Amino acid sequence: MSDKTGPTKGGGSSRRSFLTAAGASGAALIGAPALAGNPKNLPPNIPEWTRTLGDGVAVRPYGKPSKHEAHVIRRDVQWLTASRESSVSFTPLHELDGIITPNGLCFERHHGGIAEIDPQDYRLMIHGLVDKPLIFTLADLKRFPRVNRIHFLECAANSGMEWRGAQLNGCQYTHGMVHCVEYTGVPLRILLEEAGVKPNAKWLLAEGADSAAMTRSIPLAKALDDCLVAYRMNGEMLRPEQGYPARLVVPGWEGNVWIKWLRRLKLGDEPWFAREETSKYTDLMENGKARQFTFVMDAKSVITSPSPQAPLRQKGFAAISGLAWSGRGRIARVDVSLDGGKNWREAKIDGLRLDKAVTRFYAETEWTGQELLLQSRAIDETGYVQPTKNELRKIRGVNSIYHNNGIQTWLVKPDGEVENVEVS
Amino acid sequence: MSKCPSSTLILRRARSARLEGWPQTPSLPPSFETRLTGTPQDEGRWLWLQRLLVVLALFTFVEAAHASDRKLNIGRAATPAEIAGWDIDVRPDGQGLPPGKGSVKAGEEVYMGKCAACHGEFGESAGRWPMVAGGQGSLKSDDPVKTVGSYYAHLSTVFDYVRHAMPFGDAQSLTNDELYAVVAYTLFLNDIVDEKFVLSKETWGSVKMPNAGGFYDDDREATEKAFWNPKPCMTNCRPEAKITGRARVIDVTPDDKSSRKSVD
Repeated sequence: MSDKTGPTKGGGSSRRSFLTAAGASGAALIGAPALAGNPKNLPPNIPEWTRTLGDGVAVRPYGKPSKHEAHVIRRDVQWLTASRESSVSFTPLHELDGIITPNGLCFERHHGGIAEIDPQDYRLMIHGLVDKPLIFTLADLKRFPRVNRIHFLECAANSGMEWRGAQLNGCQYTHGMVHCVEYTGVPLRILLEEAGVKPNAKWLLAEGADSAAMTRSIPLAKALDDCLVAYRMNGEMLRPEQGYPARLVVPGWEGNVWIKWLRRLKLGDEPWFAREETSKYTDLMENGKARQFTFVMDAKSVITSPSPQAPLRQKGFAAISGLAWSGRGRIARVDVSLDGGKNWREAKIDGLRLDKAVTRFYAETEWTGQELLLQSRAIDETGYVQPTKNELRKIRGVNSIYHNNGIQTWLVKPDGEVENVEVS
Repeated sequence: MSKCPSSTLILRRARSARLEGWPQTPSLPPSFETRLTGTPQDEGRWLWLQRLLVVLALFTFVEAAHASDRKLNIGRAATPAEIAGWDIDVRPDGQGLPPGKGSVKAGEEVYMGKCAACHGEFGESAGRWPMVAGGQGSLKSDDPVKTVGSYYAHLSTVFDYVRHAMPFGDAQSLTNDELYAVVAYTLFLNDIVDEKFVLSKETWGSVKMPNAGGFYDDDREATEKAFWNPKPCMTNCRPEAKITGRARVIDVTPDDKSSRKSVD
């Protein structure tokens, strides 16, 4: 058994033998009340699920997670908002791995509740500075050439409650306004070309069909670059809370512009300065002036496990796991620190490393029960390095609400509990 | 659409294109055709060349389709009536304003009946709903209050938003005159207009928003240029980190216990 601290190298077999050895040598179990289980199910006994037949096929026509995973759900913070119709629920990042968020766990942000649209009555209108105003049914949209793209979607207000200091204890709440799924849809460019964009068009207004009729202005260059009108997520039709039957996908840009329940696209020669791009989603600086049209989501990362909702249960080998993403492209590297940013080492990236998608990283270590100040730092392909919260505050103050991509610190205590903290 | 469709897809598309009377493969110049009529031993080469030409021609066809005003003829024309029903956005310059007008006095009645329950009788907010008045001069403070009077740069933003989304839960139900009136009353609550003011297309340009100059476009790539760092520090980057704040001290996290893993 290894005594060294630092990353454990080698393949699965050595790790397995390491874990076995740790178990045999009685490595300290911390807390873990639920590990007791039912001795009748444990060897040498034969458990109930082996002796009897289970449910047959199609008893569960749409499969759901095991009943033992009932705690893996979206959660909200009720004091944040005046009503649930105009509010947010958070992705349980601490319970997930890989890069794809299951559809039912993608965070929700509504401004007027979920619009329940009958697909027969769905219409998308394109008008304004176009040669020919057009109207499409959902069946029309599905006839267009389509593409599949994996992208993260992050609300501009993700981590917004943390500007003045550590406030919420769990990465679900501090960072859970992000998700990443595979979208299927029509490149927006194809739809716009079908209508014929007039030369003086410079901006696009996208509008939702929900009770907030959300509108945002998007520069035409972005609309023609990589945006989609998507109708599927992870293969199936969009969930109602994600904009069924069609939403805008605006890769790398703040979630608010990804208009859900998309009903109208209007071409114009200047932006509209709608409420969501003036009164909201503008970044108030210390001098009382505010940045507007801050679309791009800067590079960001967070350690999802361990984190306050996912404490360390055992001493010995520990795989620190987290997510990194950037609105400017691919993640080039992720660094992890165990001492609050004094020393860093490069994390291992596993799985796909895609343009404007979340990337999964791991850092393996030996935990002997010492206090850790865990941090992760994302670096994207443009060379942008995720700043500390204090570096951000120095430039922006603490009133901007949006675009908080500062480095998160988790304190791991000797008993394995984890806490959201601020460091000097 | 993919720039490089698979060859089978190209061929299938080409075949159906011919069937539907799309442009045929362009004819070859005579000299080229002469070269292609070879002897039997050249047959393999001939076939190869023919295939190459077909592929080249098809790429030209696909590219040309991209370059021209490519129409898939999916969907139909939107009628003026359809557009008029949904085209409700209003810009700062007044483009999109509907006909109508409304006075502060008429607006007070609309506001008290349909808005005050959430936003407060004086726009001060009831409970946690947004304030619509007050807050002027607070933007630099520790507690900035963003209202129509303190933060909005454009009159159109209020008008457009109310037209789209208010009253909350009864969206797009106000008449145009009610809309003008309630916006006029909101301006009055913020001391932007006097009690005799009537809002209409004609008076639109006379309204001066207090925070009109309060915004500037995203400048992160200039002001935060230092965050692009080719050599981020890896060792001994700072003094020992000291904890300066803890979430548990504030303890505002909901549902803390049940959100934790039950089995690990």
